[in-house]
Amino acid sequence: MSLPLEVDVTLPDGTKVQQPTGLFINNEFVKSKSGATLDSINPSTGEVNSAVYAAEEEDIDIAVAAARKSFKSWKKSTGVDRGNLLFKFADLLEKNKDLLAALEAWDSGKAKYTNAIFDVEEAIRVFRYYAGWADKIQGKLIQNDPKKLAYTIHEPIGVCGQIIPWNYPILMAVWKIAPAVAAGNTLVLKTSEITPLSLLHLGKLWVEAGFPAGVLNIVTGYGAVAGNALASHLDVDKIAFTGSTATGRLIQKAASSNLKAVTLECGGKSPLIVMPDADIEQAVKWAAIGIMTNQGQVCTSTSRIYAHEDIYDDFVKKFADHVLAEYKQGNVFGQDSVVGPQISKVHHDKIMSYIDIGKKEGAKVVIGGEKNEEGDLKNGYFIKPTIFSDCKPDMRIINEEIFGPVVAVSKFKTDEEVLEWANQTDYGLGASIFTKDIVRAHQFAADLEAGMVWINSSNDSDLHVPFGGVKMSGFGRELGEYGLTMYTQAKAVHVNMGTIL
Amino acid sequence: MLRSATASRNLFTTGVSKRIAPAVLRFYSSLPLSVPVTLPNGTTYEQPTGLFINNEFVLPKQKKTFEVVSPSTEEEITHVYEAREEDIDVAVDAASKAFASEWSTSDPLVRARALIKLADLVEANAETLAYIESLDNGKSLQCSRGDVALTAAYFRSCAGWSDKITGSLPETGSSHFNYTRREPIGVCGQVIPWNFPLLMAAWKIGPVLATGCTTILKTAESTPLSALYLATLIKESGVPAGVVNIVSGFGKIAGEAIATHQKIKKVAFTGSTATGRHIMRAAANSNLKKVTLELGGKSPNIVFNDADVKRTVQNLVLGILYNTGEVCCAGSRIYIQEGIYDEVLAEFKAAAENVKIGNPFDEDVFMGAQASYAQLSKILKYIEIGKNEGATLVTGGARHGEKGFFVKPTIFADVKEDMQIVKEEIFGPVVTISKFSTVDEVIDLANDSEYGLAAGVHTENINTAIEVSNRLQAGTVWVNTYNDFHPMVPFGGYGQSGIGREMGAEALDNYLQVKAVRVGLQKAT
Repeated sequence: MSLPLEVDVTLPDGTKVQQPTGLFINNEFVKSKSGATLDSINPSTGEVNSAVYAAEEEDIDIAVAAARKSFKSWKKSTGVDRGNLLFKFADLLEKNKDLLAALEAWDSGKAKYTNAIFDVEEAIRVFRYYAGWADKIQGKLIQNDPKKLAYTIHEPIGVCGQIIPWNYPILMAVWKIAPAVAAGNTLVLKTSEITPLSLLHLGKLWVEAGFPAGVLNIVTGYGAVAGNALASHLDVDKIAFTGSTATGRLIQKAASSNLKAVTLECGGKSPLIVMPDADIEQAVKWAAIGIMTNQGQVCTSTSRIYAHEDIYDDFVKKFADHVLAEYKQGNVFGQDSVVGPQISKVHHDKIMSYIDIGKKEGAKVVIGGEKNEEGDLKNGYFIKPTIFSDCKPDMRIINEEIFGPVVAVSKFKTDEEVLEWANQTDYGLGASIFTKDIVRAHQFAADLEAGMVWINSSNDSDLHVPFGGVKMSGFGRELGEYGLTMYTQAKAVHVNMGTIL
Repeated sequence: MLRSATASRNLFTTGVSKRIAPAVLRFYSSLPLSVPVTLPNGTTYEQPTGLFINNEFVLPKQKKTFEVVSPSTEEEITHVYEAREEDIDVAVDAASKAFASEWSTSDPLVRARALIKLADLVEANAETLAYIESLDNGKSLQCSRGDVALTAAYFRSCAGWSDKITGSLPETGSSHFNYTRREPIGVCGQVIPWNFPLLMAAWKIGPVLATGCTTILKTAESTPLSALYLATLIKESGVPAGVVNIVSGFGKIAGEAIATHQKIKKVAFTGSTATGRHIMRAAANSNLKKVTLELGGKSPNIVFNDADVKRTVQNLVLGILYNTGEVCCAGSRIYIQEGIYDEVLAEFKAAAENVKIGNPFDEDVFMGAQASYAQLSKILKYIEIGKNEGATLVTGGARHGEKGFFVKPTIFADVKEDMQIVKEEIFGPVVTISKFSTVDEVIDLANDSEYGLAAGVHTENINTAIEVSNRLQAGTVWVNTYNDFHPMVPFGGYGQSGIGREMGAEALDNYLQVKAVRVGLQKAT
């Protein structure tokens, strides 16, 4: 018997849920053509949450065809109509907020009350924000030549492929869906094979909101199969990817098949600099948010901390005390749990190997540095929040992205030195500086090689403000008005009024 | 627009009412703050009568009321309380307090949420609002329903603006860091007319809420009801107390108090050019408050030989008979090119005579009553002037029926450009038609007006459309359409038709002021 398109599941908090398992294509859940499925694993227990259908090449073809067909009419819809649907969808998300947070906690190991719920709330805000943009997309009139009426139309790009990661399944999808749909594109979105469940529920709500069939298609599948099919597809006009730099490189190569537009939001090794004049208490708290939030599985994690020698010892001690006190590990459905399990066994093992590397390289373990074996946690992929101190610029834990609750702290003496270290990696996603000095703050903001700089905070992202990287952290920006421009292209129209040949 | 009590007083002198003298009514003081009103569809709703200040309906200090008359029946609907100078002071205090609260500085999503809710509430109460509007203003239910839909759409569009207000960052080299902030102006005074009581309130309140300003909005004395009903929805939508205050009153008293108030930082007015001039002077004499004005018009509607006749005639009808011609941008001067003149005139006459006029609540009626007796009298006076000036009356030219302020669609042809009916705004279903031969000629004729609100161009030729649109002196040009509004398209006037723009991104500029911050980034040497 093949997998039904909906299965009954019971969440750890007792909630009974009908979990869709199909590929969401043309506003319906369908089986994959080959019948292929994959299992979504609970990172808190290592057990299977549910099987879902996995898209393969021919399923991607079907989804792309649905999006293409839908684009013909969707591109002619008014911004007001698109905005109204997006507003309605936001209302539905709000109604289902608790369920979505629970699913996210269950399937991706995010503590429900201190993490997952905020993702869903942010997703709602993102939809409302771009709902407001839908009727405000404007071309320009270029008033140069009196013999010419020249104007631009900001058109949707067309069928967009979107590949999202497992660290923020709902939120990363929403960052991509909302602007693309507001601008009039149609989408095939591939979720991560590790965290497919919550987004399939979004498909249900999408239909309920009243979107026409084919505007948004959601498929689960493996990157090497479904992701590759999407990125190389000849009828896909744009590909947007969030994930590792290594995969980003593959996506860009695959996209060259038909020169599709590419935006990439990839890895990072973001520095956080603490100047001697900084408010140390605040620096400690933000630094902890910057690396321990979401188990450190954040592309913008400030995973390298540079503290000035005058305050170094004080900072390291306070930082360790604060993390031990505030970043508790536990059942993701517990009210006061903060740090959940890592997303998968593979990822857990990768982080543990970096912890070994750090130890061997001579960094000092201040706290953590091991798997959490307490009680039930030993069944899941829990790693204790880990702080390394006395790190050196050439260590691998300084230069490579670990993507876990592991931070490398170093001591610096001069502004020049720390700026050089901060900019030494191939990445350029985020950067933080803590100082009260207005001149130094703005000068560092200008000189740091990063797509985002936080002055006296960390990972303080905001849906109104563009998000994205320089160097090998990616290309393009999400969120804000900039995020919208990634999903429109300007067509120039010249009306000849008087140039007679 | 800001006439005093003459509108209702005239009623009594003409003997159409059986009621007692208005002077006594104005001192009526035991009116409840809410009265049940039964609409022609049989439903009854609660009509607030007080001044809406600090999210409550309150009595004015002097407890005076004035009557509200239904223009289609000439019967009294209710009385409402009148705001006077001392009440405006109370409202300004409330608005000042609200502006100093978190309202103007909190997350803009708070304002967006309120605006979305308000749009939803307007839609949920759409039929009630439409009936109130038709009852109070006399316009047909068709027109009222359109106004309500535009009101909800505009609030929703403004919701999207509230978190999209951005400054800029001029780059001037590494020695400095510069940025600009666009900050709300503060307490605003807004005075709106009687032709679109609900929609004009929305055009004013929408950007106030989006930008984080606060306001005292005065409705027109002849049409206070729908805005008071809207006030209940504003409160329900979660807008904090004091942010929006809505008062009924007369221009010479409450309007004057707003325009001259020392604590009001900005005044926005929609109404006649004469009153607009007065408001600007009052603003200058008091505290140089910022002024935006949306005033009168005498908008040309131009038909070229190659126009599609059927569509053009629809737009000519819509241009002058929509909202019984009580539209500031009404296409009241029609210019038809000679090759198509006879055909368009004949078709237009037939179409105008075919328009259903009468009881605004009949589903198939397009033209309801004029908004007041004063307006009826003014229109009839201009019709007489037109006849005396020697224009040819093609159709209409008289009141429709005995009861209610109805006027027949009226077309004057063979007009001269210096006639009063060509130069002056009539604000009714009265249109003049002239013949022209060349583009240059019609541009001169069209632009020969102190006004510059709107214009229409009807042609199938892309070059004619663009060239004529470029050369017209008007804030809005409609090509092959007319009286066609959208929340994202700015509206406002050239010349003596006004200052500033409503709707679109431009509307926000009326309620924001720019602060430039320049930070030196050099250490002492």
